[in-house]
Amino acid sequence: MNIHEYQAKEILSSYGIPIPRGRVALTSDQVERAAKMMGGRCVVKAQIYAGGRGKAGGVRLVHYPEQAQEYGKELFGRTLVTNQTGPEGLKVRRILVEEAVDIAREFYLSITLDRETSRYVLIASAEGGMDIEEVAQKSPEKIRTLIIDPFTGLRPYQARKIALELGLTGSVCEDCVELLMNLYRASQEKDCALIEINPLVVTKAGWLMAMDAKITFDDNAVYRHREYPDMMDYSQLDPLEITAGKYDLAYIKLTGSIGCLVNGAGLAMATLDVLKECGGEPANFLDVGGGATREKVAEAFRIILQDKDVKGIFVNIFGGIMRCDVIAHGIIEAAGEVNCTLPIVVRMDGSEVEVGKKLLRESGLNVQVGENLGDAASRIVKMLG
Amino acid sequence: MSILLNKHSRILVQGITGRSGLFHTQQCREYGANIVAGVTPGKGGIHIEGIPVFNTVAEAVKYTEANVAMIFVPPPYAADAILEAADAGIALAVCITEGIPVRDMVPVKAMLQGSRTRLVGPNCPGVITPGECKVGIMPGHIHKKGKIGVVSRSGTLTYEAVKQLSDMGLGQSTCVGIGGDPIIGMNFIDVLSLFNQDPDTEGVFMIGEIGGGAEEAAAEWIRANMKKPVAAFIAGVTAPPGKRMGHAGAIITGGKGKAEDKIRTLQECGVVVSTSPTRMGEAMLEALKRAGKPVPKSAAQAAAKATAKPVTKPAVKKAKK
Repeated sequence: MNIHEYQAKEILSSYGIPIPRGRVALTSDQVERAAKMMGGRCVVKAQIYAGGRGKAGGVRLVHYPEQAQEYGKELFGRTLVTNQTGPEGLKVRRILVEEAVDIAREFYLSITLDRETSRYVLIASAEGGMDIEEVAQKSPEKIRTLIIDPFTGLRPYQARKIALELGLTGSVCEDCVELLMNLYRASQEKDCALIEINPLVVTKAGWLMAMDAKITFDDNAVYRHREYPDMMDYSQLDPLEITAGKYDLAYIKLTGSIGCLVNGAGLAMATLDVLKECGGEPANFLDVGGGATREKVAEAFRIILQDKDVKGIFVNIFGGIMRCDVIAHGIIEAAGEVNCTLPIVVRMDGSEVEVGKKLLRESGLNVQVGENLGDAASRIVKMLG
Repeated sequence: MSILLNKHSRILVQGITGRSGLFHTQQCREYGANIVAGVTPGKGGIHIEGIPVFNTVAEAVKYTEANVAMIFVPPPYAADAILEAADAGIALAVCITEGIPVRDMVPVKAMLQGSRTRLVGPNCPGVITPGECKVGIMPGHIHKKGKIGVVSRSGTLTYEAVKQLSDMGLGQSTCVGIGGDPIIGMNFIDVLSLFNQDPDTEGVFMIGEIGGGAEEAAAEWIRANMKKPVAAFIAGVTAPPGKRMGHAGAIITGGKGKAEDKIRTLQECGVVVSTSPTRMGEAMLEALKRAGKPVPKSAAQAAAKATAKPVTKPAVKKAKK
């Protein structure tokens, strides 16, 4: 689960990590007022669920409140396309207005899971403000990583080593130790899949400050943080992805025309792969869960049919223990309810598969039954011609 | 022979009184698994479907000598359930539960290092030794006793692969679903090395997907150590970067974890990689043939019948003997 920069900064701040003074604005007038509060000279930052905003024109230093307002007008409602959003981009609905800070030095800091060791890893670099993946590629020697022992946690002496390696000395070095300890505490207590400060700066006045921040929560841990659902900005998500989330379905909108309904994540990915191989373009990824139930299949069907790009539907269910006749009922019920006339190809396997196929053939729907995965995929592609 | 499970395995079920726990307990028992105990804290003393229920794993082990745990405990309590199984000396813990927070699994993984307990999963379909024992949620009837080991990060895609293998007459020694989470117990290499030592496994089919670097690590291990032919399929060639594809661990981040990279590395290490999920069985057959292993007649016929394109050739022509 993603949150905005300003929300991530609020969390950092609650852990004692210094952040610039700032306000969130929902209108360009609010942008102007916030700019006045900052004394005119300030940074106006579009809030979207993606990085790379600076290069896409979503961040600007302004010198007067009027200028801030004007820029706010320009930004609100605009769709920002960055190197992380994909071609469809994300709409700007919130703007963060922050005091301008005179920067002496910039650093990179993050804590995330290292999958190789199955432990959290602290990543630090003196190349702040840059895309860390780029740094990792071009000059990996500039990146310092520390695998954190889960039983001892991050220790101050380890944090100090990192701070010294970043070239910090004196009181700033000790401030950085405290900041790192707090960052680790936040990453654990808030169940962060990623907590990142980029850049962390030393101001000309000699203070540490988190100028930009990103937090991604572990989706599996959202249940134990009551406040998280309220932090979600639904304007940043595809409406169908929101609906799917409510029903516990994993759905991702794609650009093609074949709606896909599959049980199990691996099989769902493989289904997209085989459709493309046959020359088709999937409209979505949709996993109804390994043990597909009739209700979930029906709900998934409704979601796919709400997508106007969908011209045909491909159902791939490896029933396993779930009976195919039950799945067939779910499909017929959902398709009938919305008078679906689109071509449907169903591939089912598991128990009672013949009964399920018969039910589908006699349903009066525009449906074909594929013999196996390859046969079914080429059928739907052919049907859409 | 087989790996991890056989007909002598004595199984206890943690979370047996839950809906899916009970359902799959029955299914496993029907398949022939010897379920000796259930564990649900607070419900010790009752019998469910004739199976005695205990409050703790230790108690269940003491009275029933269970050596395998099948875990259906809900996410908030699952990490604790795994640790409890390990503490009670269980040899194999199979955790089916999906949705355990990463922060809970980090200490579990660290605790299990050096422990005698092997963990499969979480977020996995389980382990099956066809014809002998099933500990998990996979449909038993698609499996066939034989000599191919299967190891996979996926659930239903494994069923698809197993069905293709069975249809070709390529039965399985043991199938292991290692799970779709970023932190899992046994990884590809752990399972591959067991298959390598198992006299009844002649070849291995491996199913990977986008995210992480486990397939690449396995590929290097195969090149250096594997004495048996390996074929593979990697799901997610068409997956967009930055999106979590259903599994918590299936995500391409920072250009890492792409399917193409995994496929290329596997091929370079002598693994036959099927480029399509429709030809997984054929890829296995091809790998067996290249290694000079006898293939069942039915398999050769099925392959001949298939009009599909041949599987792609690996960059390195000969699998290392």
